[in-house]
Amino acid sequence: MITLKPKEQPEVPLEVENVTPDAFAGKTVDEIKALPIWHGNGTVPLSDFFEVEGEAGATAAETQIIIDGDVPQTKRIGSGMTAGEITVKGNVSMYVGVGMKGGKITVEGNAKSWAGQDMSGGELTIMGNTGDYVGSSYRGDWRGMSGGLITVYGDAGNEAAEYMNGGKIVIKGDVSIMPGIHMNNGLLIIEGNVIARTGGEMAGGTIVVKGVIDEFLAGFKYHGVEKDIEVDGETIPGAFYKFTGDYAIKGANGTVYAAVAGNSHIAP
Amino acid sequence: MELVKNVVCPFCGTLCDDIICKVENDEIVGTINACRIGHSKFVHAEGAMRWKKPQIRDENGELVETTYDDAIEKAAQVLAASKRPLMYGWSCTECEAQAVGVDLAEQTKAIVDNTASVCHGPSVLALQDVGYPICTFGEVKNRADVVVYWGCNPMHAHPRHLSRHVFARGFFRERGRSDRTLIVVDPRESDSSKLADIHLQVGYNQDYELLDAMRAAMMGHEILYDEVAGIPREEIMEAVEALKNAQFGILFFGMGITHSRGKHRNIDTAIMMVQDLNNFAKFTLIPMRGHYNVTGFNQVATWESGYPYCIDFATGIPRYNPGETGANDVLQNKETDAMMVIASDPGAHFPQKSLRRMAEIPVIAIEPHRTPTTELADIILPPAIVGMETDGTAYRMEGVPIRMRKVVDSDLLSDREILQRLLKRVMEIKTASK
Amino acid sequence: MEHIIKNGFVYDPLNEVDGEKMDICIKDGKIVDSVSADANVIDATGKIVMPGGVDPHAHVAGAKVNVGRMYRPEDSKKDVEAAATGGRAGSGFSVPSTFMTGQRYAQMGYTTVMEAAMPPLLARHTHEEFHDTPIIDHAAFPLFGNNWFVMEYLKEGDVDGCAAYASWLLKATKGYTIKIVNPGGTEAWAWGGNVHGIHDPSPYFDIEAAEIIKGLAQVNEMLGLPHPIHLHCNDLGHPGNYETTLASFDVPKGIKVNAKTGSRDAVLYATHVQFHSYGGTSWRDVVSEAPTIANYVNKNDHIVMDIGQVTLDETTTMTADGPMEFDLHSLNGLKWANCDVELETGSGVVPFIYAARAPVPALQWAVGMELFLLTEDAKKVCLTTDSPNAGPFTRYPRVISWLMSNRARTDLMEGELHKWAQRKSSIATIDREYSFLEIAQVTRATPAKVLGLSDTKGHLGAGADADVAIYNFNPEIQNPSADYRALEAAFQHASLVLKDGIPVVKEGVVVNPTLRGRTYWVDTMLDETVYNEVVADVEKQFKQFYSVNFANYPVQDSYLPHSTPVKGVIQ
Repeated sequence: MITLKPKEQPEVPLEVENVTPDAFAGKTVDEIKALPIWHGNGTVPLSDFFEVEGEAGATAAETQIIIDGDVPQTKRIGSGMTAGEITVKGNVSMYVGVGMKGGKITVEGNAKSWAGQDMSGGELTIMGNTGDYVGSSYRGDWRGMSGGLITVYGDAGNEAAEYMNGGKIVIKGDVSIMPGIHMNNGLLIIEGNVIARTGGEMAGGTIVVKGVIDEFLAGFKYHGVEKDIEVDGETIPGAFYKFTGDYAIKGANGTVYAAVAGNSHIAP
Repeated sequence: MELVKNVVCPFCGTLCDDIICKVENDEIVGTINACRIGHSKFVHAEGAMRWKKPQIRDENGELVETTYDDAIEKAAQVLAASKRPLMYGWSCTECEAQAVGVDLAEQTKAIVDNTASVCHGPSVLALQDVGYPICTFGEVKNRADVVVYWGCNPMHAHPRHLSRHVFARGFFRERGRSDRTLIVVDPRESDSSKLADIHLQVGYNQDYELLDAMRAAMMGHEILYDEVAGIPREEIMEAVEALKNAQFGILFFGMGITHSRGKHRNIDTAIMMVQDLNNFAKFTLIPMRGHYNVTGFNQVATWESGYPYCIDFATGIPRYNPGETGANDVLQNKETDAMMVIASDPGAHFPQKSLRRMAEIPVIAIEPHRTPTTELADIILPPAIVGMETDGTAYRMEGVPIRMRKVVDSDLLSDREILQRLLKRVMEIKTASK
Repeated sequence: MEHIIKNGFVYDPLNEVDGEKMDICIKDGKIVDSVSADANVIDATGKIVMPGGVDPHAHVAGAKVNVGRMYRPEDSKKDVEAAATGGRAGSGFSVPSTFMTGQRYAQMGYTTVMEAAMPPLLARHTHEEFHDTPIIDHAAFPLFGNNWFVMEYLKEGDVDGCAAYASWLLKATKGYTIKIVNPGGTEAWAWGGNVHGIHDPSPYFDIEAAEIIKGLAQVNEMLGLPHPIHLHCNDLGHPGNYETTLASFDVPKGIKVNAKTGSRDAVLYATHVQFHSYGGTSWRDVVSEAPTIANYVNKNDHIVMDIGQVTLDETTTMTADGPMEFDLHSLNGLKWANCDVELETGSGVVPFIYAARAPVPALQWAVGMELFLLTEDAKKVCLTTDSPNAGPFTRYPRVISWLMSNRARTDLMEGELHKWAQRKSSIATIDREYSFLEIAQVTRATPAKVLGLSDTKGHLGAGADADVAIYNFNPEIQNPSADYRALEAAFQHASLVLKDGIPVVKEGVVVNPTLRGRTYWVDTMLDETVYNEVVADVEKQFKQFYSVNFANYPVQDSYLPHSTPVKGVIQ
């Protein structure tokens, strides 16, 4: 296990693509201390901003990293990791778990936008809130998150699961607007409320909203009430309005389930 | 008095190139063909104070007149020392200056962003996701029988836009305006909506909802609700039919839709509606871009770096992510530690939170006039004005490149020259410190 | 400055040099017969020496190219480069930024590249991008095939008027040749339609593609242009289109070559013929008709073609063939950009994934290979990928490896390539392998000659520009057929590249990134009286129908810092 104890976080942010079990595995503490990280437009050794202790495993899978404190100015933790584990005992900046392929990341605080962008495997858990574009694609790409699991215990911002192609996202709190925008496949479960535009321009995939949807889109079709719905091999108890769409998109076959409780205003 | 013809107007993205300037004693004293806004720009009627010499703020916060050499030296020192410099603006200067600017940003490992970031940035994000079916203005004049203005008021912001492309007679539209159906989508009554055959008074922040319903209807689906965005189903159906029956339709869209709720997603779905309309009609679109060369910066930055704006050169390779690497993002997140402003006025247009950061960090302004930005600046480098005092390329809102003309002389350096000298000096400092 | 390149295996088809060990002498940027004893010695022992590569058809600079970059940040992100010393950074796999474009061509030993489609109204944009594209000499092809003036003149049978207009437009746009794309079809697209075949009249203008092709071919020879008409046929990418292709090829047959510069034999240059060689009636029953097309080219001497070889990559398609791109978007559902240009042309851009495992891309790959291998005379063939349409230009080395190695093709076909390649084409039955001389022919000699640039380009005889590429491949001890991967690597990153005698690449690394190439354009005139009448008429039409003033239309000289006009003849 390697522990990174953050020193004071700078105003000009850090980018730490190197803070992954893959990069740490098989390295000595001194080698890890010397790993370059970006500070603004220059690189510095990791040890400039973190105290490094412990021992890395021989492989990524055997390597566990603990970031022992708040790192709100640190981007790209766990970028592209394939195995092993990272725990952050505080808040993180953008792109935690970007391009993640395997392993586990747990953020005990909040995560800024683009958490789990382009993720294809592994598990990303955010105990607090997250910003916009959780589990999204990169700008311009129509192929977003393709696998893995993201769980957000708090709230999420706009455009959760944007261009999602596979995998599963669970948001236990509320989301702002446009969850599942341009979604093609996969499963998005929102246990809290949504302001508007659930499933906008979705071509496929499934969105389940257990809370209240303030406004719903007119490009969907209404199919009545279903009880104890089955999605992704699991049964979600309760009664749900079923919609399909978004028929703004040619050939769309996405599904939105909205809990009957609190949502009668969106059923026609 | 001398008449200089075929002058290109350095005001808005319509880039009218038929202006005649009346020149007396090397001064523009009047114009022919220009709109009132363009005219006032040419004759300096706005009353703005012009910087005649470079300025540096002293330790008491007072601006002190200085030389270009001195001001450029100080500016170069600031940029060379910065860990995350931001270079913002660019939309009121010409492309060669912009090209030197992108080079300067690359050499200083800076973030370079233009005013698109606060106007049609959402349109750029949308076209990157779903595409960009456009045409040049002449196509509109010659062919369009259905013209839609969505979220814009050209009568005010682009005064000659309607007269040059909609009221004008075209090859296949010999009667001009009466050969065309004019549709305005705007929550408000405006001088433009008053001219419209159809005015869809969409509810505030409901553009996406209306477009989603229109698109589903266009594909032959029933609209789920009786009323969407404050507009009854039947009225939506009528509008959709008008669009589908066009021979050649055009959608002009402005800040009313790029900046209402959902921003780029409104444009995204509008673009896709236009694309899908091509299964029924010929349909294209053009963003109503503001600054006369905001488009040019996006072009130059793209061919040089691969990205149109919000470009981050920190690691030596270009990276791009509006929302992270935009001017307001790095100001508000306090990421940037030095800022150079050129050819724009963020001091007047940025949110308070951004201005607070600008007040904390060194600011260099390359700016001809006294503006709210120069009030915040520590170093001011006044340039000659492009399109009047110096020449260069600008790109019209739909991408037509036009050569801006020089009409009168100026003692001041051009933006291009200032940037070249700044770049040269920064390189010297960087080389020396290696 | 003098150089002498010693002991290399020289391949120079225009001078009939086939791998002989010989010295190449350079003085003041030109190839010369001999140099003094003070000349800088470049040791090319065990290496291949060729003239600098010449790309006759690629999309590298201008409005739609930049849309391709701008609207694909996901393509830019996956291929990035930091600056070479003194150079500039960049990004873009399928559509690299300008600095990367010039540098990557140079790294492959290419020193001359033609931008294949320039909308006249947007010409300034193309030239601005050239300004930022290092090293390579270049020219741009203005689009004529859907131009209102051209269609009006030809409809009225006024070939002289059309020729005068063409000479004016070439000057105004600083263009190099008469480019024709889907004649009549892009004008139809301005109303959402298309034309099919060469006898389907364009709406309103009521003129057939055949008449446009023929008229412009006549104009081309009247003006004595260096390059023949450059034709992108109707019906691109449609199953069954080979009949349109053959019919188009026949149209200019019989017109006499009248090039005032260079020494071309062809009156027709047909581009990306791979996309025009399909049989069948739909994507279900599509088959290769490449053998039929190759057979036509073998039997006719008025034509030179480039292939547009599919490279099996994810790429970005872009063309002035507006309706084709909308069809493609309807087929693959990916983001569609378009720009219709008043009175002149149009364009479209759509990403495309040529997956080797998918049936149609596999067949398209096979069609291109058949065209290369069944056309007997390499003097009629140019190597292109219609970059980036069938794949980015950076894959030329891979195409070379497929051409020189039956093993490379077999490995691909027996590997991941979809079986349609073998089932619907004859590719599996062809074992021809190109020689190095033939490679030099299709990448240097043929393109230089058909472009009318062979006085100074595409060969290593005295008087040529000293554009030289040296590759780390020893044909005496290495076998390109067996060791095709080493071959590809050698051609990807040349050992040494000289541009006008100046080293620009050493061991694959760009060493002179600030160098800028020439801009070729054609300055020609037929009859001054007709010319003046035509220009006056054009000015009148401008006032009514264009959206820019006539005086602001022509590209100013200041946009061409290395302007190299090719003078025609004034009769």
